[in-house]
Amino acid sequence: MAKIRGSIVVDAERCKGCEVCMVSCPTGTIAMAKEVNGKGYYYAYPANQELCIGCANCAMVCPDGVITVYKTKI
Amino acid sequence: MIEATGIKEIIKPENLVYRKTDIMTDNILSYCPGCGHGTAHRILAEIIDELGLQSETIGVSPVGCSVLLYNYLDVDIQEAAHGRAPAVATAIKRLLPDKFVFTYQGDGDLAAIGTAETIHACNRGENILIIFINNGIYGMTGGQMAPTTLEGMKSSTSPYGRDIKSMGNPLKMTDIVATLAGTYYVTRQSVHTPANVKKTKKAIRKAVQYQKLDKGTCFIEIVSNCPSGWKMTPTQSNKWMEETMFPFYPLGDLKVPEE
Ligand SMILES: Cc1ncc(C[n+]2csc(CCOP(=O)(O)OP(=O)(O)O)c2C)c(N)n1
Ligand code: SF4
Ligand code: SF4
Ligand code: SF4
Repeated sequence: MAKIRGSIVVDAERCKGCEVCMVSCPTGTIAMAKEVNGKGYYYAYPANQELCIGCANCAMVCPDGVITVYKTKI
Repeated sequence: MIEATGIKEIIKPENLVYRKTDIMTDNILSYCPGCGHGTAHRILAEIIDELGLQSETIGVSPVGCSVLLYNYLDVDIQEAAHGRAPAVATAIKRLLPDKFVFTYQGDGDLAAIGTAETIHACNRGENILIIFINNGIYGMTGGQMAPTTLEGMKSSTSPYGRDIKSMGNPLKMTDIVATLAGTYYVTRQSVHTPANVKKTKKAIRKAVQYQKLDKGTCFIEIVSNCPSGWKMTPTQSNKWMEETMFPFYPLGDLKVPEE
């Protein structure tokens, strides 16, 4: 059976580290980096990228619109 | 820097499911981390994009944190004096009836200094959309008490919590305008979860359609957070909003057209 696989791209320099995406992700794909971006924020990144299903929940709630989402069937 | 890009094989144009609409400019939003203003702007921009309204839209921005709306939405925006957005929008819509005209206002702007303009525009049934961001506080000026501040809620001017006897009752502006004959569609939504984002988008889409049909005032309240003014982290503020704001400002439609 085909499996839905997703992937996100976070514009890390524009991320404000609010964590709203992380708590909205149903699969636990997103974590916050242990280092900061140029603005001093601990930015979000797809820590467990193999778990992503491309549902776009994270992108829908990101106040700064910095997440892009891709999805495919494998 | 840690790679913030996922799996290369999946990241291809044909697999794209979501990216920021171009109606949102590339300017960095001036809002604090996790502030609902950004999400509210973005979904409004997405509707304008989806319905192809970029050149037909005129927004009116408030005084408050979202005063720089024109920096973020790539549509025509007119700044109004504090609280006067519904009056300015009235003039714009009457002169240019084919445009999609909206106001975007905080609770200090709409429910304090602009109370008269709000009520009278709604009562006259001006054919505009009013978007009301209610975070229960004056965010921009440092978190002072607003008419919408809840009983017991702390703010910089009610440090021990709002005391009803000395500070008055919180004002449910959306309930008031729903009683006025001029309003056609009145709803209260939020933008803090994916499900709520979808509902709010649906509400804005409806309001655009009703304005095309010349139905009167549409009023969408978005109960939102102010992590800085509330002195909470963004995720804490969203939880607090659900637990404390929603019981007093319940989400849902207050006035729906008879189909
Ligand atoms: C005539 C006038 N009175 C007062 C102010 C100060 N002031 C600026 S923004 C604001 C309130 C903003 O609160 P709100 O509308 O809730 O928007 P938020 O910043 O929370 O998004 C006030 C009182 C002003 N700029 N002009
Ligand atoms: S697209 Fe869905 S699964 Fe993937 S990171 Fe975003 S919320 Fe999580
Ligand atoms: S929601 Fe957006 S701004 Fe907030 S942490 Fe996630 S990517 Fe960064
Ligand atoms: S002060 Fe409050 S309303 Fe203003 S940008 Fe910051 S969090 Fe948002």
